Amino acid sequence: MASDHTEPVKLDSSRMRSETALGAEKITIRNLDFFYADNRALKAINLDLPEKRVTGMIGPSGCGKSTLLRVLNRMYDLYPGQRATGEVMMDGENIIAPSVDVNHLRSKIGMVFQKPTPFPMTIYENIAFGVRLHEKLSKSQMDERVEWSLTRAAIWGEAKDRLNTSAMGLSGGQQQRLCIARTIAVHPDVILFDEPTSALDPISTLKVEELIDELKHEFTIAIVTHNMQQAARCADQVAFFYLGEMVEVGSAAQIFTAPKQKRTQEYITGRFG
Amino acid sequence: MADEHTPTGQPGHTVRSYDDELTRLGAMLAEMGGIVENQVGLAAEAVMEGDTSAATRAVELDPEVDELEREVERFVIRLLALRQPVADDLRRVVAALKITGDLERIGDYAANAAKRSIVLAQYTLPFNFSALGNMARMVQQNLKTVIDAVGQGDAELAAEVWRSDRVIDDLYTSIFRELITYMMEDPRNITPCTHLLFIAKNLERIGDHATNVAETVYYATTGESLPDVRPKGDTTAFSVVRPKE
Repeated sequence: MASDHTEPVKLDSSRMRSETALGAEKITIRNLDFFYADNRALKAINLDLPEKRVTGMIGPSGCGKSTLLRVLNRMYDLYPGQRATGEVMMDGENIIAPSVDVNHLRSKIGMVFQKPTPFPMTIYENIAFGVRLHEKLSKSQMDERVEWSLTRAAIWGEAKDRLNTSAMGLSGGQQQRLCIARTIAVHPDVILFDEPTSALDPISTLKVEELIDELKHEFTIAIVTHNMQQAARCADQVAFFYLGEMVEVGSAAQIFTAPKQKRTQEYITGRFG
Repeated sequence: MADEHTPTGQPGHTVRSYDDELTRLGAMLAEMGGIVENQVGLAAEAVMEGDTSAATRAVELDPEVDELEREVERFVIRLLALRQPVADDLRRVVAALKITGDLERIGDYAANAAKRSIVLAQYTLPFNFSALGNMARMVQQNLKTVIDAVGQGDAELAAEVWRSDRVIDDLYTSIFRELITYMMEDPRNITPCTHLLFIAKNLERIGDHATNVAETVYYATTGESLPDVRPKGDTTAFSVVRPKE
Protein backbone atom coordinates (compact mmCIF):
# COMPACT_ATOMS: atom_id res chain seq x y z
CA MET A 1 0.00 0.00 0.00
CA ALA A 2 1.41 3.35 -0.96
CA SER A 3 1.73 5.63 2.00
CA ASP A 4 -0.14 8.94 2.03
CA HIS A 5 2.72 10.61 3.75
CA THR A 6 4.67 11.44 0.64
CA GLU A 7 7.35 14.02 0.86
CA PRO A 8 6.28 17.48 -0.18
CA VAL A 9 7.06 18.10 -3.83
CA LYS A 10 7.32 21.31 -5.78
CA LEU A 11 3.96 22.71 -6.76
CA ASP A 12 2.91 22.44 -10.37
CA SER A 13 -0.59 22.86 -11.74
CA SER A 14 -1.46 19.51 -10.18
CA ARG A 15 -4.55 19.44 -8.07
CA MET A 16 -3.14 16.81 -5.77
CA ARG A 17 -3.13 19.00 -2.69
CA SER A 18 -1.54 16.30 -0.60
CA GLU A 19 1.63 16.74 -2.58
CA THR A 20 1.66 20.48 -2.25
CA ALA A 21 4.52 21.90 -0.26
CA LEU A 22 3.18 24.79 1.75
CA GLY A 23 6.33 26.90 1.76
CA ALA A 24 6.92 30.21 3.50
CA GLU A 25 4.26 31.95 5.57
CA LYS A 26 2.77 35.21 4.35
CA ILE A 27 0.79 35.82 7.51
CA THR A 28 1.44 34.33 10.92
CA ILE A 29 -1.28 34.60 13.52
CA ARG A 30 -0.17 34.12 17.10
CA ASN A 31 -2.32 33.95 20.19
CA LEU A 32 -5.06 36.03 18.63
CA ASP A 33 -8.12 36.86 20.71
CA PHE A 34 -11.07 38.84 19.45
CA PHE A 35 -13.86 40.42 21.41
CA TYR A 36 -17.29 41.70 20.46
CA ALA A 37 -17.64 43.82 23.62
CA ASP A 38 -17.39 41.15 26.35
CA ASN A 39 -17.93 38.21 24.06
CA ARG A 40 -14.68 36.42 23.25
CA ALA A 41 -15.27 35.30 19.65
CA LEU A 42 -11.76 34.07 18.90
CA LYS A 43 -9.72 32.21 21.47
CA ALA A 44 -5.93 32.09 21.24
CA ILE A 45 -5.77 31.42 17.50
CA ASN A 46 -2.44 30.28 16.06
CA LEU A 47 -2.41 29.85 12.31
CA ASP A 48 -0.05 30.44 9.40
CA LEU A 49 -1.21 31.45 5.94
CA PRO A 50 1.41 30.15 3.51
CA GLU A 51 2.37 32.49 0.69
CA LYS A 52 0.65 31.92 -2.66
CA ARG A 53 -1.45 29.15 -1.29
CA VAL A 54 -5.15 28.86 -0.52
CA THR A 55 -6.17 28.42 3.10
CA GLY A 56 -9.74 27.24 3.55
CA MET A 57 -11.55 27.99 6.80
CA ILE A 58 -14.47 25.78 7.69
CA GLY A 59 -16.71 25.31 10.69
CA PRO A 60 -20.34 25.69 11.76
CA SER A 61 -22.04 29.09 11.93
CA GLY A 62 -20.68 31.24 14.70
CA CYS A 63 -17.41 29.34 14.98
CA GLY A 64 -15.30 32.46 14.36
CA LYS A 65 -14.09 31.86 10.82
CA SER A 66 -15.65 35.02 9.36
CA THR A 67 -14.54 36.96 12.42
CA LEU A 68 -10.97 35.91 11.72
CA LEU A 69 -11.28 37.14 8.14
CA ARG A 70 -12.62 40.47 9.43
CA VAL A 71 -9.63 40.76 11.74
CA LEU A 72 -7.20 40.20 8.89
CA ASN A 73 -8.19 43.41 7.15
CA ARG A 74 -9.20 45.35 10.24
CA MET A 75 -12.85 45.52 9.30
CA TYR A 76 -13.67 45.63 13.01
CA ASP A 77 -12.06 49.07 13.30
CA LEU A 78 -15.36 50.50 12.08
CA TYR A 79 -17.23 49.19 15.11
CA PRO A 80 -16.75 50.52 18.63
CA GLY A 81 -16.36 47.86 21.33
CA GLN A 82 -14.69 45.36 19.05
CA ARG A 83 -11.03 44.63 19.64
CA ALA A 84 -8.32 42.15 18.84
CA THR A 85 -5.32 41.18 20.95
CA GLY A 86 -2.33 39.07 20.05
CA GLU A 87 -0.26 39.17 16.91
CA VAL A 88 -1.01 39.03 13.20
CA MET A 89 2.34 39.40 11.46
CA MET A 90 2.60 40.19 7.78
CA ASP A 91 5.92 41.18 6.26
CA GLY A 92 7.39 41.81 9.69
CA GLU A 93 4.58 44.07 10.89
CA ASN A 94 1.83 43.38 13.39
CA ILE A 95 -1.18 44.41 11.31
CA ILE A 96 -3.54 44.67 14.25
CA ALA A 97 -1.35 47.28 15.94
CA PRO A 98 -3.13 50.68 16.17
CA SER A 99 -0.20 52.37 14.40
CA VAL A 100 -0.90 50.53 11.14
CA ASP A 101 -2.44 52.62 8.34
CA VAL A 102 -5.69 50.81 7.75
CA ASN A 103 -6.24 52.20 4.25
CA HIS A 104 -2.85 51.02 3.14
CA LEU A 105 -3.44 47.65 4.83
CA ARG A 106 -6.70 47.17 2.94
CA SER A 107 -4.95 47.78 -0.35
CA LYS A 108 -2.54 44.98 0.60
CA ILE A 109 -5.27 42.68 1.91
CA GLY A 110 -8.37 42.77 -0.27
CA MET A 111 -11.70 41.21 0.51
CA VAL A 112 -14.46 39.65 -1.58
CA PHE A 113 -17.83 39.23 0.07
CA GLN A 114 -20.65 36.73 0.02
CA LYS A 115 -22.99 38.84 -2.09
CA PRO A 116 -21.53 40.57 -5.12
CA THR A 117 -21.20 44.25 -4.24
CA PRO A 118 -20.57 46.16 -7.48
CA PHE A 119 -20.78 49.95 -7.22
CA PRO A 120 -23.69 51.49 -9.14
CA MET A 121 -21.32 52.73 -11.84
CA THR A 122 -19.95 51.48 -15.13
CA ILE A 123 -17.85 48.34 -15.23
CA TYR A 124 -14.78 50.47 -16.02
CA GLU A 125 -15.39 52.81 -13.10
CA ASN A 126 -15.89 49.90 -10.71
CA ILE A 127 -12.26 49.00 -11.29
CA ALA A 128 -10.83 52.51 -11.70
CA PHE A 129 -12.49 53.89 -8.58
CA GLY A 130 -10.41 51.89 -6.12
CA VAL A 131 -7.19 52.29 -8.11
CA ARG A 132 -7.50 56.10 -8.03
CA LEU A 133 -7.58 56.06 -4.23
CA HIS A 134 -4.07 54.64 -4.18
CA GLU A 135 -2.37 55.61 -7.43
CA LYS A 136 -2.29 58.37 -10.01
CA LEU A 137 -2.47 56.74 -13.42
CA SER A 138 -2.73 58.22 -16.91
CA LYS A 139 -5.77 57.33 -19.00
CA SER A 140 -3.84 54.73 -20.97
CA GLN A 141 -2.28 53.27 -17.82
CA MET A 142 -5.71 53.07 -16.26
CA ASP A 143 -7.10 51.38 -19.39
CA GLU A 144 -4.32 48.86 -19.10
CA ARG A 145 -4.96 48.28 -15.41
CA VAL A 146 -8.68 47.76 -16.04
CA GLU A 147 -7.98 45.25 -18.79
CA TRP A 148 -5.34 43.51 -16.68
CA SER A 149 -7.63 43.05 -13.69
CA LEU A 150 -10.65 42.04 -15.74
CA THR A 151 -8.51 39.49 -17.59
CA ARG A 152 -7.06 38.14 -14.36
CA ALA A 153 -10.57 37.80 -12.96
CA ALA A 154 -11.65 35.89 -16.09
CA ILE A 155 -14.35 38.35 -17.05
CA TRP A 156 -12.57 40.43 -19.74
CA GLY A 157 -14.15 38.44 -22.57
CA GLU A 158 -17.64 39.07 -21.27
CA ALA A 159 -17.07 42.69 -20.26
CA LYS A 160 -14.78 44.21 -22.88
CA ASP A 161 -17.56 45.35 -25.19
CA ARG A 162 -19.63 46.88 -22.42
CA LEU A 163 -17.06 48.59 -20.18
CA ASN A 164 -19.11 51.78 -20.14
CA THR A 165 -22.39 50.18 -19.23
CA SER A 166 -23.60 49.76 -15.68
CA ALA A 167 -22.13 46.90 -13.68
CA MET A 168 -25.59 46.29 -12.29
CA GLY A 169 -26.54 44.76 -15.64
CA LEU A 170 -24.15 41.84 -15.17
CA SER A 171 -25.31 38.45 -13.91
CA GLY A 172 -24.59 37.46 -10.32
CA GLY A 173 -21.60 35.35 -11.28
CA GLN A 174 -20.20 38.10 -13.51
CA GLN A 175 -20.72 40.66 -10.74
CA GLN A 176 -18.77 38.48 -8.34
CA ARG A 177 -15.89 38.14 -10.79
CA LEU A 178 -16.02 41.93 -11.30
CA CYS A 179 -15.66 42.33 -7.54
CA ILE A 180 -12.66 40.03 -7.64
CA ALA A 181 -11.22 42.14 -10.49
CA ARG A 182 -11.81 45.27 -8.40
CA THR A 183 -10.00 43.66 -5.48
CA ILE A 184 -6.93 42.64 -7.44
CA ALA A 185 -6.77 45.93 -9.38
CA VAL A 186 -4.90 47.58 -6.49
CA HIS A 187 -2.26 44.81 -6.46
CA PRO A 188 -2.91 43.31 -3.04
CA ASP A 189 -0.71 40.56 -1.59
CA VAL A 190 -3.55 38.75 0.08
CA ILE A 191 -7.16 38.20 -0.95
CA LEU A 192 -9.80 37.21 1.57
CA PHE A 193 -12.93 35.50 0.28
CA ASP A 194 -15.93 35.40 2.61
CA GLU A 195 -18.32 32.77 1.23
CA PRO A 196 -17.67 34.03 -2.29
CA THR A 197 -20.01 31.63 -4.07
CA SER A 198 -22.89 31.10 -1.67
CA ALA A 199 -25.10 33.39 -3.77
CA LEU A 200 -24.06 31.87 -7.10
CA ASP A 201 -25.35 29.04 -9.28
CA PRO A 202 -23.18 25.90 -9.65
CA ILE A 203 -21.56 26.91 -12.95
CA SER A 204 -20.68 30.41 -11.74
CA THR A 205 -19.38 28.77 -8.58
CA LEU A 206 -17.02 26.57 -10.57
CA LYS A 207 -15.81 29.59 -12.54
CA VAL A 208 -14.96 31.40 -9.32
CA GLU A 209 -13.22 28.29 -7.98
CA GLU A 210 -11.20 27.99 -11.16
CA LEU A 211 -10.33 31.65 -10.79
CA ILE A 212 -9.13 31.11 -7.22
CA ASP A 213 -6.93 28.32 -8.54
CA GLU A 214 -5.42 30.76 -11.03
CA LEU A 215 -5.08 33.63 -8.59
CA LYS A 216 -3.09 31.63 -6.07
CA HIS A 217 -0.10 31.77 -8.38
CA GLU A 218 0.13 35.47 -7.57
CA PHE A 219 -1.73 36.01 -4.32
CA THR A 220 -2.03 34.51 -0.89
CA ILE A 221 -5.64 33.52 -0.42
CA ALA A 222 -7.91 32.78 2.51
CA ILE A 223 -11.41 31.54 1.88
CA VAL A 224 -14.23 31.06 4.35
CA THR A 225 -16.82 28.64 3.11
CA HIS A 226 -19.78 26.64 4.35
CA ASN A 227 -19.35 24.30 1.43
CA MET A 228 -16.90 21.65 2.51
CA GLN A 229 -16.49 20.26 -0.97
CA GLN A 230 -15.46 23.75 -2.01
CA ALA A 231 -12.77 23.82 0.65
CA ALA A 232 -11.66 20.38 -0.49
CA ARG A 233 -11.52 21.52 -4.11
CA CYS A 234 -9.90 24.93 -3.65
CA ALA A 235 -7.73 24.86 -0.58
CA ASP A 236 -4.18 23.67 -0.09
CA GLN A 237 -4.53 23.96 3.65
CA VAL A 238 -7.75 23.71 5.63
CA ALA A 239 -8.41 25.00 9.14
CA PHE A 240 -11.42 23.84 11.15
CA PHE A 241 -12.94 26.26 13.66
CA TYR A 242 -15.38 25.52 16.44
CA LEU A 243 -16.71 27.82 19.15
CA GLY A 244 -14.02 30.41 18.57
CA GLU A 245 -11.15 27.94 18.64
CA MET A 246 -9.08 26.60 15.82
CA VAL A 247 -9.46 22.88 16.37
CA GLU A 248 -7.24 21.55 13.60
CA VAL A 249 -5.27 22.66 10.58
CA GLY A 250 -3.72 20.45 7.93
CA SER A 251 -3.47 19.83 4.21
CA ALA A 252 -6.85 19.50 2.53
CA ALA A 253 -6.06 15.87 1.73
CA GLN A 254 -5.25 15.09 5.35
CA ILE A 255 -8.27 16.89 6.79
CA PHE A 256 -10.70 15.20 4.40
CA THR A 257 -9.25 11.69 4.53
CA ALA A 258 -7.84 11.34 8.01
CA PRO A 259 -8.58 14.26 10.35
CA LYS A 260 -6.80 13.95 13.68
CA GLN A 261 -9.42 15.57 15.90
CA LYS A 262 -12.72 13.90 16.69
CA ARG A 263 -14.64 17.20 16.36
CA THR A 264 -13.21 17.80 12.89
CA GLN A 265 -14.22 14.31 11.84
CA GLU A 266 -17.73 14.69 13.22
CA TYR A 267 -18.20 18.02 11.50
CA ILE A 268 -16.93 17.14 8.04
CA THR A 269 -18.73 13.81 7.95
CA GLY A 270 -22.01 15.46 8.87
CA ARG A 271 -22.36 14.05 12.38
CA PHE A 272 -22.74 17.33 14.20
CA GLY A 273 -25.86 16.98 16.32
CA MET B 1 -29.94 13.15 16.92
CA ALA B 2 -26.58 13.69 18.58
CA ASP B 3 -27.27 11.08 21.23
CA GLU B 4 -27.78 8.33 18.69
CA HIS B 5 -24.70 6.27 18.13
CA THR B 6 -23.72 4.08 15.24
CA PRO B 7 -22.04 0.69 15.74
CA THR B 8 -18.64 2.38 15.40
CA GLY B 9 -19.38 4.32 18.57
CA GLN B 10 -19.69 7.66 16.82
CA PRO B 11 -22.70 9.92 16.92
CA GLY B 12 -25.07 9.29 14.02
CA HIS B 13 -25.12 11.45 10.91
CA THR B 14 -27.54 14.33 10.82
CA VAL B 15 -29.00 12.71 7.72
CA ARG B 16 -30.18 9.42 9.12
CA SER B 17 -30.60 7.57 5.83
CA TYR B 18 -26.84 7.97 5.33
CA ASP B 19 -26.28 5.94 8.51
CA ASP B 20 -28.72 3.33 7.23
CA GLU B 21 -26.75 3.01 4.02
CA LEU B 22 -23.42 2.65 5.79
CA THR B 23 -24.96 0.03 8.09
CA ARG B 24 -26.30 -1.82 5.06
CA LEU B 25 -22.84 -1.76 3.46
CA GLY B 26 -21.41 -3.33 6.61
CA ALA B 27 -24.13 -6.00 6.56
CA MET B 28 -23.39 -6.86 2.94
CA LEU B 29 -19.69 -7.34 3.76
CA ALA B 30 -20.57 -9.45 6.79
CA GLU B 31 -22.81 -11.66 4.66
CA MET B 32 -20.11 -12.03 2.02
CA GLY B 33 -17.48 -12.76 4.68
CA GLY B 34 -19.71 -15.44 6.17
CA ILE B 35 -20.20 -17.23 2.86
CA VAL B 36 -16.49 -17.07 1.99
CA GLU B 37 -15.54 -18.39 5.43
CA ASN B 38 -17.95 -21.25 4.90
CA GLN B 39 -16.49 -21.90 1.44
CA VAL B 40 -12.95 -22.13 2.81
CA GLY B 41 -14.16 -24.45 5.60
CA LEU B 42 -15.84 -26.74 3.08
CA ALA B 43 -12.77 -26.76 0.85
CA ALA B 44 -10.52 -27.68 3.79
CA GLU B 45 -12.90 -30.47 4.76
CA ALA B 46 -12.97 -31.71 1.17
CA VAL B 47 -9.18 -31.82 0.99
CA MET B 48 -8.53 -33.36 4.40
CA GLU B 49 -11.45 -35.82 4.53
CA GLY B 50 -11.78 -36.51 0.83
CA ASP B 51 -15.40 -35.36 1.15
CA THR B 52 -16.54 -34.70 -2.42
CA SER B 53 -19.98 -33.42 -1.42
CA ALA B 54 -18.30 -30.71 0.68
CA ALA B 55 -16.19 -29.90 -2.37
CA THR B 56 -19.28 -29.55 -4.55
CA ARG B 57 -20.94 -27.23 -2.04
CA ALA B 58 -17.83 -25.04 -1.87
CA VAL B 59 -17.84 -24.68 -5.65
CA GLU B 60 -21.57 -24.00 -5.76
CA LEU B 61 -21.24 -21.08 -3.34
CA ASP B 62 -19.02 -19.21 -5.77
CA PRO B 63 -21.73 -17.53 -7.88
CA GLU B 64 -23.33 -16.20 -4.68
CA VAL B 65 -20.06 -14.59 -3.69
CA ASP B 66 -19.59 -13.10 -7.16
CA GLU B 67 -23.09 -11.65 -7.09
CA LEU B 68 -22.49 -10.10 -3.65
CA GLU B 69 -19.27 -8.56 -4.91
CA ARG B 70 -21.13 -6.89 -7.79
CA GLU B 71 -23.80 -5.73 -5.37
CA VAL B 72 -21.24 -4.15 -3.02
CA GLU B 73 -19.52 -2.47 -5.97
CA ARG B 74 -22.75 -0.96 -7.23
CA PHE B 75 -23.67 0.17 -3.74
CA VAL B 76 -20.27 1.79 -3.12
CA ILE B 77 -20.33 3.67 -6.43
CA ARG B 78 -23.80 4.93 -5.58
CA LEU B 79 -22.66 6.03 -2.11
CA LEU B 80 -19.63 7.83 -3.52
CA ALA B 81 -21.73 9.63 -6.12
CA LEU B 82 -24.65 10.59 -3.91
CA ARG B 83 -23.15 11.08 -0.43
CA GLN B 84 -19.61 12.19 -1.24
CA PRO B 85 -18.26 10.68 1.95
CA VAL B 86 -15.18 12.16 3.63
CA ALA B 87 -12.80 11.25 6.46
CA ASP B 88 -13.63 7.98 8.25
CA ASP B 89 -16.77 7.51 6.14
CA LEU B 90 -14.71 7.78 2.98
CA ARG B 91 -12.14 5.35 4.32
CA ARG B 92 -14.83 2.84 5.27
CA VAL B 93 -16.58 3.06 1.91
CA VAL B 94 -13.37 2.67 -0.10
CA ALA B 95 -12.29 -0.12 2.25
CA ALA B 96 -15.55 -1.96 1.54
CA LEU B 97 -14.79 -1.81 -2.16
CA LYS B 98 -11.31 -3.26 -1.66
CA ILE B 99 -12.40 -5.86 0.87
CA THR B 100 -15.14 -7.16 -1.40
CA GLY B 101 -12.50 -7.75 -4.10
CA ASP B 102 -10.26 -9.64 -1.70
CA LEU B 103 -13.14 -11.75 -0.42
CA GLU B 104 -14.14 -12.64 -3.96
CA ARG B 105 -10.61 -13.84 -4.71
CA ILE B 106 -10.58 -15.87 -1.49
CA GLY B 107 -13.79 -17.53 -2.64
CA ASP B 108 -12.17 -18.35 -5.99
CA TYR B 109 -9.15 -19.95 -4.34
CA ALA B 110 -11.39 -21.97 -2.04
CA ALA B 111 -13.41 -23.21 -5.04
CA ASN B 112 -10.22 -24.11 -6.88
CA ALA B 113 -8.86 -26.07 -3.90
CA ALA B 114 -12.22 -27.86 -3.62
CA LYS B 115 -12.16 -28.84 -7.31
CA ARG B 116 -8.67 -30.28 -6.94
CA SER B 117 -9.75 -32.26 -3.88
CA ILE B 118 -12.26 -34.10 -6.09
CA VAL B 119 -9.42 -35.27 -8.36
CA LEU B 120 -7.25 -36.00 -5.34
CA ALA B 121 -9.92 -38.29 -3.84
CA GLN B 122 -9.19 -40.81 -6.63
CA TYR B 123 -5.65 -41.35 -5.35
CA THR B 124 -4.44 -43.16 -2.29
CA LEU B 125 -1.66 -41.12 -0.84
CA PRO B 126 1.29 -43.08 0.48
CA PHE B 127 2.10 -40.44 3.06
CA ASN B 128 0.59 -38.64 5.99
CA PHE B 129 -0.35 -35.05 5.36
CA SER B 130 -0.83 -33.28 8.63
CA ALA B 131 1.10 -30.13 7.66
CA LEU B 132 -1.56 -29.22 5.09
CA GLY B 133 -4.24 -29.71 7.75
CA ASN B 134 -2.38 -27.33 10.06
CA MET B 135 -2.04 -24.81 7.29
CA ALA B 136 -5.75 -25.01 6.45
CA ARG B 137 -6.66 -24.49 10.10
CA MET B 138 -4.43 -21.45 10.43
CA VAL B 139 -5.75 -19.91 7.23
CA GLN B 140 -9.32 -20.45 8.44
CA GLN B 141 -8.47 -18.91 11.81
CA ASN B 142 -6.91 -15.84 10.18
CA LEU B 143 -9.83 -15.45 7.83
CA LYS B 144 -12.32 -15.69 10.66
CA THR B 145 -10.38 -13.16 12.74
CA VAL B 146 -10.06 -10.69 9.90
CA ILE B 147 -13.77 -10.94 9.07
CA ASP B 148 -14.49 -10.20 12.73
CA ALA B 149 -12.11 -7.24 12.47
CA VAL B 150 -14.09 -5.97 9.45
CA GLY B 151 -17.38 -6.26 11.33
CA GLN B 152 -16.10 -4.57 14.47
CA GLY B 153 -13.74 -2.09 12.79
CA ASP B 154 -11.06 -3.45 15.11
CA ALA B 155 -7.60 -2.28 14.00
CA GLU B 156 -5.75 -4.27 16.68
CA LEU B 157 -7.40 -7.51 15.61
CA ALA B 158 -6.52 -6.69 12.00
CA ALA B 159 -2.88 -6.03 12.92
CA GLU B 160 -2.78 -9.42 14.65
CA VAL B 161 -3.80 -11.16 11.42
CA TRP B 162 -1.32 -9.06 9.47
CA ARG B 163 1.51 -10.21 11.73
CA SER B 164 0.55 -13.88 11.87
CA ASP B 165 0.53 -14.48 8.10
CA ARG B 166 4.23 -15.22 8.31
CA VAL B 167 3.54 -18.54 10.01
CA ILE B 168 1.28 -19.57 7.11
CA ASP B 169 3.99 -18.66 4.65
CA ASP B 170 6.51 -20.75 6.60
CA LEU B 171 4.16 -23.72 6.56
CA TYR B 172 3.69 -23.33 2.83
CA THR B 173 7.45 -23.34 2.28
CA SER B 174 7.89 -26.57 4.25
CA ILE B 175 4.96 -28.24 2.45
CA PHE B 176 6.51 -27.23 -0.87
CA ARG B 177 9.79 -28.92 0.05
CA GLU B 178 8.07 -32.01 1.41
CA LEU B 179 6.02 -32.48 -1.78
CA ILE B 180 9.08 -32.14 -3.98
CA THR B 181 10.70 -34.92 -1.96
CA TYR B 182 7.71 -37.25 -2.53
CA MET B 183 7.74 -36.50 -6.23
CA MET B 184 11.43 -37.30 -6.49
CA GLU B 185 10.94 -40.53 -4.58
CA ASP B 186 8.31 -41.90 -6.94
CA PRO B 187 7.10 -40.34 -10.22
CA ARG B 188 3.63 -41.83 -9.61
CA ASN B 189 3.27 -39.26 -6.84
CA ILE B 190 3.64 -36.39 -9.26
CA THR B 191 -0.05 -35.98 -10.17
CA PRO B 192 -1.48 -36.01 -6.62
CA CYS B 193 1.46 -33.99 -5.28
CA THR B 194 1.02 -31.33 -7.95
CA HIS B 195 -2.64 -30.98 -6.98
CA LEU B 196 -1.62 -30.79 -3.35
CA LEU B 197 0.96 -28.18 -4.21
CA PHE B 198 -1.68 -26.04 -5.91
CA ILE B 199 -4.02 -26.55 -2.97
CA ALA B 200 -1.30 -25.38 -0.61
CA LYS B 201 -0.66 -22.41 -2.88
CA ASN B 202 -4.39 -21.62 -2.89
CA LEU B 203 -4.38 -21.65 0.90
CA GLU B 204 -1.30 -19.45 0.96
CA ARG B 205 -3.00 -16.96 -1.40
CA ILE B 206 -6.10 -16.97 0.81
CA GLY B 207 -3.81 -16.04 3.69
CA ASP B 208 -2.35 -13.18 1.65
CA HIS B 209 -5.77 -11.80 0.76
CA ALA B 210 -6.78 -12.04 4.42
CA THR B 211 -3.69 -9.94 5.11
CA ASN B 212 -4.77 -7.41 2.48
CA VAL B 213 -8.14 -7.18 4.19
CA ALA B 214 -6.32 -6.67 7.49
CA GLU B 215 -4.31 -3.78 6.02
CA THR B 216 -7.47 -2.23 4.62
CA VAL B 217 -9.32 -2.51 7.92
CA TYR B 218 -6.38 -0.98 9.74
CA TYR B 219 -6.32 2.01 7.41
CA ALA B 220 -10.10 2.44 7.42
CA THR B 221 -10.19 2.42 11.20
CA THR B 222 -7.13 4.44 12.11
CA GLY B 223 -6.44 6.56 9.02
CA GLU B 224 -2.88 5.29 9.06
CA SER B 225 -1.28 2.62 6.91
CA LEU B 226 0.50 -0.42 8.25
CA PRO B 227 4.18 -0.43 7.21
CA ASP B 228 4.85 -1.15 3.53
CA VAL B 229 6.99 -4.14 4.33
CA ARG B 230 4.98 -7.00 5.73
CA PRO B 231 6.62 -9.90 7.52
CA LYS B 232 6.93 -12.40 4.63
CA GLY B 233 7.73 -16.05 4.99
CA ASP B 234 7.11 -17.56 1.53
CA THR B 235 10.59 -18.31 0.18
CA THR B 236 9.62 -21.01 -2.35
CA ALA B 237 10.17 -18.63 -5.23
CA PHE B 238 13.79 -18.36 -4.10
CA SER B 239 14.34 -22.09 -4.38
CA VAL B 240 14.01 -21.63 -8.14
CA VAL B 241 15.64 -18.25 -8.66
CA ARG B 242 17.68 -16.58 -6.00
CA PRO B 243 17.40 -12.79 -6.23
CA LYS B 244 20.51 -10.73 -5.66
CA GLU B 245 20.73 -9.67 -2.03
